[in-house]
Amino acid sequence: MSSVNPGALPDGADAPRARNEWPLWEIFIRGQHGMSHRHVGSLHAPDAKTAIQNARDVYTRRNEGVSIWVVEASRITASAPSDKGPMFEPSESKIYRHPTFFDIPDDVGAM
Amino acid sequence: MDETLFDFLLRMGDSTLILGHRISEWCGHAPVLEEDIALANTALDLIGQTQMWLGLAGEIEGKGRSADDLAFLRDAWDFRNALLVELPNGDFGRTILRQFLFDAWHKPMLKALAGSDNERVAEIAAKAVKEVDYHLERSANTVVALGDGTDESHRRMQDALDALWPYAGELRTIAGPDGVIPDGVADAHSAMMREVLSEATLKIPEGEFAHKGGVSGQMHTEHLGHLLTTMQWLQRAYPGATW
Repeated sequence: MSSVNPGALPDGADAPRARNEWPLWEIFIRGQHGMSHRHVGSLHAPDAKTAIQNARDVYTRRNEGVSIWVVEASRITASAPSDKGPMFEPSESKIYRHPTFFDIPDDVGAM
Repeated sequence: MDETLFDFLLRMGDSTLILGHRISEWCGHAPVLEEDIALANTALDLIGQTQMWLGLAGEIEGKGRSADDLAFLRDAWDFRNALLVELPNGDFGRTILRQFLFDAWHKPMLKALAGSDNERVAEIAAKAVKEVDYHLERSANTVVALGDGTDESHRRMQDALDALWPYAGELRTIAGPDGVIPDGVADAHSAMMREVLSEATLKIPEGEFAHKGGVSGQMHTEHLGHLLTTMQWLQRAYPGATW
């Protein structure tokens, strides 16, 4: 089940939501310093503060993270699957955009 | 054997053991998945602290008993936990309120113990207080959210407070490893309860009467025996079983 409504615009803070249901939050965890936050999943919570606490309990109990971001799922605007052709296919044939012609020294590590 | 130190360790370890067991009863039953996992995490934290307190108690006693022996092979009259933690869970609100009343004492107690002259005790307390800091933040937030929530959640929290309030006072009678109640713990407990309960729009019952008998071991409630029956069943039925 996708937690994000493809192509939807943000609802805004005042948008009505289903009764008796906490909003859905998307959770991003930074595994270690220097790495970027990665999407790890979603959960329900009544507000942002509680969402952080719930994320701490649900997603970092095995020492997975040093930082948590939460964002209400309804605030995310996603590209629509039906636009896949015009959005992504034109770049398929443009191999010269890939920096595959450079040798990267091993010492550089993960890029 | 240092009886004062041994009793202190049982009071800490039995309280975290019995509360940890009580919360673990929610596993798979909490109202939402997020709370289910949070309660299980808290239960595991408390059981982990139990291993440290009762492990040290076994050493001090010097009869070769391990933390497991103390947890699973003693009967109700040997337990020294505060009465509050052996009370049944009730509804989710009551469970969270009981957790808060305990956490609000647990944190200042551990903070004080972290400065104890007894290094072993100070070490355990310093490790535990980080976990308990979070327990308190979480339980306090939830008490405020439910107390200051809907009419029904407010009513349930007020009922829980009316029922549990007379059990909060006994915690403040727990002395440190030297037999003396650490300075400031009682005041910090009272202040934290008043602050959070008033933010939660809950009315603190009048009167200072406090049920006692758990910490001294003189009289537990009838609920402890039932809890132990469940908790100790396996070791009683299959002595020495491991897995």
